[in-house]
Amino acid sequence: MSSLVKCPHCGLRPKEEFTVRGEVATPRPDAGAEEAVWFDHVYLRDNPRGEHREYWHHSGGCRRWLVLTRNTLTHETSEVVDASTLKTGGAA
Amino acid sequence: MRYSALSLLGNAFSKNKNWKPAWRNPDPKPHYDVIIVGGGGHGLATAYYLSKVYGVRNVAVLEKGYLGSGNIGRNTTIIRSNYLLEGNNPFYEFSMKLWEGLEQDFNFNAMVSQRGVINLFHSDAQRDAYTRRGNAMRLHGVDAELLNRDQLREKLPFLDYENARFPIMGGLMQARGGTVRHDAVAWGFARGADQNGVDIIQNCEVTGIDRDGDQITGVQTTRGAIKCNKLAMAVAGSSSHVAKMIDMRLPIESHALQAFVSEGLKPFVDTVVTFGAGHFYVSQSDKGGLVFGGDIEGYNSYAQRGNLANVEHVAEAGMAMIPALSRVRILRSWGGIMDMSMDGSPIMDRTHLSNLYFNGGWCYGGFKATPASGYCFAHLLATDTPHETATAFRMDRFARGYLLDEKGVGAQANLH
Repeated sequence: MSSLVKCPHCGLRPKEEFTVRGEVATPRPDAGAEEAVWFDHVYLRDNPRGEHREYWHHSGGCRRWLVLTRNTLTHETSEVVDASTLKTGGAA
Repeated sequence: MRYSALSLLGNAFSKNKNWKPAWRNPDPKPHYDVIIVGGGGHGLATAYYLSKVYGVRNVAVLEKGYLGSGNIGRNTTIIRSNYLLEGNNPFYEFSMKLWEGLEQDFNFNAMVSQRGVINLFHSDAQRDAYTRRGNAMRLHGVDAELLNRDQLREKLPFLDYENARFPIMGGLMQARGGTVRHDAVAWGFARGADQNGVDIIQNCEVTGIDRDGDQITGVQTTRGAIKCNKLAMAVAGSSSHVAKMIDMRLPIESHALQAFVSEGLKPFVDTVVTFGAGHFYVSQSDKGGLVFGGDIEGYNSYAQRGNLANVEHVAEAGMAMIPALSRVRILRSWGGIMDMSMDGSPIMDRTHLSNLYFNGGWCYGGFKATPASGYCFAHLLATDTPHETATAFRMDRFARGYLLDEKGVGAQANLH
């Protein structure tokens, strides 16, 4: 991966400004969901070799949660969007 | 041939022309009792103990690259058994005991050097935590000694004791810890397993797993299909990738960890020292190079290389601990892929498929565990029951809530 991440709000910023949360997993289950559903959400990961969607927090910048689409083998980032677009389906 | 002073002398007189390769390079047979996927330290150790202790000799180890090309040749060579938790400590101590007798056992010089491992502490709270850890170790029969500042100064005079932010108050020492030449561990286990009849098949990548219901029947590889009675995964770093071949999801993320070696220096660091205020650990190789490392990169990766940001971070932590490093030049850096599990502890267990066995999730602590991992995995493969020191490494512990979280940070793999 390059040492720069293209934040949709701040532009190209050094990687050190970001905190990585990890895989965009299954949506958070309801509080009353079955244990198996919670187990899956909390512990299991796809962890693919290749394209990977993951949460990054621009903790040292705009403090927005972002979703990166990144290749775990080549470290190339193909897309960065604001995490709020996951719900609205629109652009940041 | 058994290596000895006599064999060395004999070969010297014949001008070293009669040395034989340390292991064969066989073609895969159509069927094996046990196929071990992954010819790293753990896979080779498994094959060695499986053939030696448990008498299972119709075994193949499949390695996608060459022997020693993965994490067994990429770590910082540290061995220790300074663990806190009940489920971890006996296992790592078992591993330490195996290290202590390993070279005689497999007749290979692995340069096991019990030079001591010292973890520094910088605050009262950290001292209390290390006291607790040291007491837990001693209760398990593991050696541990709390050093105060003066005792530490005698051993490690070059540390920055008066650091304004992180003054060094003392350290927890395990004198039996130390370093081992990692390549020789792979070679020694490979040679030992090969002598017991195990086929070590290099450049043979598993591309698919054949199954019939809940039975594994064999594997597809780049060197053809091979059938087996039992399939054993020892592919830490790529566990999720291989598990995907049977649609299995794991509580594991793959992360890159870098390690570094400096130019050769005169003897300077006599033990392994770890920084308590940041993540940094260093020892000095027999050649004189300082071998050191720090944190994982923090993002999922299968790339076997890291990022410059972490190089800088590791160098900074090293400087904070040992200011004299400021003029030392880094000679090389490299990266390996860690199986980061959701509680920071390994998984060694049977799986939902009746003849598939899993060994992985070693985070960045797999090297020290190599002999015990091999021994216990061989035990599991041969007897279908976990070895007495490895009963806590169950696959279902996450679902049951019996986590082995040494650090107590929860299901956030990049923080372990």
